[in-house]
Amino acid sequence: MMKKSILLGLALLCATASFAGNITVKGSDTLVILAQKWAEVYMSKNPQVKIQVSGGGSGVGFAALQNRATDLADASRKIKATEVAECLKAFGKRPTEYKVALDGLSVYVNDSNPVKELSLDQLLAIFTGKVRNWKEVGGSDSPITVYSRENSSGTYEFFKEHVLKGKDFAASAQTMPGTAALLQAVSKDKGGIGYGGAAYGKGARALLLKKDAAAPAIEPSEENVIKGLYPIWRYLYVYVNPDLDKGEIAAYLNWIRSDDGQSAVKQVGYFPLPSHLREK
Amino acid sequence: MGIHRGHRARPFEWLAEKTIFLVSLSTILVVFLIFLFVAREALPVFLGRMSSALIQPAIPVAEIDRHPAKELCKYLGLTPEQFAKMDRETLKELLQVKIEAQEEIPSEFRSDPDALANTTLWHYLLRPHQWTGYTKPSFIWQPVGQIKKYNLIPLFVGSLKTTLVGLLFSVPLAIGAAIYVSQLARPRVREIVKPAIEMLAGIPSVVVGFFALLVMASVLQSLLRYETRLNAFVAGLALGFAVIPLVFSIAEDALTSVPRSYTQAALALGASRWQTAWQIVLPAALPGVFAATMLGFGRAIGETMIVLMVCSASVLSWSVFDSARSITTTIAAEMAEAVSGDAHYRILFMLGALLFAATFFSNLIADLVIHRLKRRLEGKA
Amino acid sequence: MKASLDELSRPSRHFRTVRFDFVSFFFTGLTGLATFLILAILAVILANILFNGLPGLSWRFVSTIPKKDFFDPATTGVLPMIIGTTFRVLVMTLFVIPVGVTTAVYLTEYAPASALVTRIIRAAVNNLAGVPSIVFGLFGLGFFINFLGRNLDALLHNPGPVWGQPALIWASLTLAVMTLPVVIVATEESLKAIPPGLREASLALGATKLETILKIVLPQALPGILTGGILAVSRAAGEVAPILFTGVAYYMASLPHRLNDQFMDLGYHVFVLSTQSPDIEKTRSILFATVVVLLLLTFTLNFVAVLIRSRVRKKLRSLA
Repeated sequence: MMKKSILLGLALLCATASFAGNITVKGSDTLVILAQKWAEVYMSKNPQVKIQVSGGGSGVGFAALQNRATDLADASRKIKATEVAECLKAFGKRPTEYKVALDGLSVYVNDSNPVKELSLDQLLAIFTGKVRNWKEVGGSDSPITVYSRENSSGTYEFFKEHVLKGKDFAASAQTMPGTAALLQAVSKDKGGIGYGGAAYGKGARALLLKKDAAAPAIEPSEENVIKGLYPIWRYLYVYVNPDLDKGEIAAYLNWIRSDDGQSAVKQVGYFPLPSHLREK
Repeated sequence: MGIHRGHRARPFEWLAEKTIFLVSLSTILVVFLIFLFVAREALPVFLGRMSSALIQPAIPVAEIDRHPAKELCKYLGLTPEQFAKMDRETLKELLQVKIEAQEEIPSEFRSDPDALANTTLWHYLLRPHQWTGYTKPSFIWQPVGQIKKYNLIPLFVGSLKTTLVGLLFSVPLAIGAAIYVSQLARPRVREIVKPAIEMLAGIPSVVVGFFALLVMASVLQSLLRYETRLNAFVAGLALGFAVIPLVFSIAEDALTSVPRSYTQAALALGASRWQTAWQIVLPAALPGVFAATMLGFGRAIGETMIVLMVCSASVLSWSVFDSARSITTTIAAEMAEAVSGDAHYRILFMLGALLFAATFFSNLIADLVIHRLKRRLEGKA
Repeated sequence: MKASLDELSRPSRHFRTVRFDFVSFFFTGLTGLATFLILAILAVILANILFNGLPGLSWRFVSTIPKKDFFDPATTGVLPMIIGTTFRVLVMTLFVIPVGVTTAVYLTEYAPASALVTRIIRAAVNNLAGVPSIVFGLFGLGFFINFLGRNLDALLHNPGPVWGQPALIWASLTLAVMTLPVVIVATEESLKAIPPGLREASLALGATKLETILKIVLPQALPGILTGGILAVSRAAGEVAPILFTGVAYYMASLPHRLNDQFMDLGYHVFVLSTQSPDIEKTRSILFATVVVLLLLTFTLNFVAVLIRSRVRKKLRSLA
């Protein structure tokens, strides 16, 4: 009897397997908390709309976008040519790209480290392993331990392309599976240096950065990132199949980029888009 | 057992027996399928059919009509069915995307000789190569970036390093405990200790990894004062925690299965309990102890979450106080973002296939050894 | 023959009998120390986790669905993770128990002991037990999702992937494959414990072999089958690597309610909290509390299984 009811339940589960909810959002784990926040606020204002959010990674989101398994794909990096090609093969159009927020990448060192600021050239030398001792960049005589993110993260790729100019990270760089693990490692390691999104950790602090040796040192504050003064920042994106970009979905995307939507961005550690950057 | 009856008399009985037999074959099928489907995804790399060169010859959009359909299909990675369904505009757009991808390459990589290299060839996977910007030929695993470097050697070394530390720590402890529990301890002690050690096996590996990352790493660093906080040594010790219960239970099993007459004879001849255990029981059960070690090796090299959480720099170094990146870590951390079907994705599957082969053979050896041991002890007892 | 008897009759040839044998004492102590060390490791891990985790544990924590930010200790909870983990192991048992029990029945009741095919099945079972969990994950991705799921979608003419994507059902199937040996070994052990006389009596009374198995043998073996099932569940509940690519989600706003939904998971949540948290000090309490919940789940299951098994073994001993 019990077996029968279990089987019946299973059959029901299979039967209801279909697309549900009005809007599905999938993609970058960097964005998942923000996307969920947006969904919550939007749904409380528009009770007729249902939004489903899940993570998995930027690549997972793009794959789902091609397969039409999701309406919106969150990404912490720009879509790649191979992924655009896949979309073209699947639905004949390039996906539409929306910039939805700014993320300033901080460079973290241990609290006890006397170094307060670095230039981008010095960062490049440190992270590629050319400089191995803090005294070469104005610190005390102690070895540098480089902490990096997992190479599957958008943060890793961004840092590699824009700060390291495409060069390889030092082979001795320790890769950490998340900003938390990285921050914790830096806070425990006097010679540690690492990078990541805005986060807070006892015992670690963010460095001031200079575009070049002569430029002023800039703090990664909201104001500096929005004004474009702080040298390492990136966009966060949402991609959508242009065929679906109408009705509820278009309304939702517009709301995300409105003042109302952007006010949620700050609460999760990212920075709102200044109004002149809110175009596609 | 029972009287043999022909299947004509009882067709249902016959059918049931055949069904049971077929279902039981599923285990063989599964092992076969695992190998088949993991290897299938990796096949293009095994055969050297992938190309990961950064700079690829591009077909200008205007020349679309000058190339035969078959060539376009291959160039764009389309199946003939997809090609047939595609309209001309989309096709042009696809060509355009290809060209854009080539245009996006930063100028310093255009003159880089490595940009022409297909880095998925065996030569690049296994031998050192002097990449641009490096002072000497090196083994580099840097699968994300403009020029993708897929050298597997740092991963092999990383796996072996953590596994060896784990085994060196866990095997003596586990076998010592197995000798104590099976030969020397009082029955009452045994009844408490055995389930307790089995409890260690009940701790999920993600919890062991969490413990190593948050607690052990700091404690060990402040004790031993090494430079890199998260290193192969910490990972190896944590791996040991996961391996101990496995090695213990198999070794203990082998030691207990030595016939009592052996021990009784030795004790009767005036040997102490330790002498009996060390000179009589252990030699008799030695193949079992060896098998336990082999299985422990398979477990350690295949363990994922612990190493993933504790250490993961792809540095090529044999020092246990340096970090290490194991094969399992690499698969777990990179698969989610690898684009399905591209070189990186397939190389990760290839690593999986190699891992499967390594554990397959270590299990097979252990299996054969245990089987022979059991037969010998039963036969001669 | 005679020579060896001579050897045996000389008691002091190998073993010196002394009042106090220092070497024996030393090595007994050493192995005892090894045992003690293992127990100490276990105790330290458990004590540390309980000490740090129990303060953060509350009814609210285990019964709350986090709505906005699961890194916020004041409002977060682990209910969706508990449900996700429970759900995936329950679906798993639906597959692994029938197949595992049937295989065990074949091996003990039908299989000719020396036949090659029996040897191969046994080798396959042993081998399956040793395959790394991450390889099962790859298998799940390559076989269930990329092969079965995608072909199913093509067959049903789904407009997008319904089955060809990570889902609860694929994660459960992957775990079922992984825990198959656990169920087979436990069931086999309990089947062997049933005295042959019982089967012979049944057969002598005119029951067929199948009737004997279904009505006499299996009911007797039920505790053993149960043990196998529970051990499999407790093993699967803590595994993270096989579900990484086959169904687990970093975050889901709703609970899984269909077989092709993704799900959140306790073990994976431990991984997420310990590596992705934006403020490790602030989230420390919920991290430890989540670990305690996971450990309680797996240990309770393990404990029940061990209890049942020890009963089965006692029965076996009394019969032998």
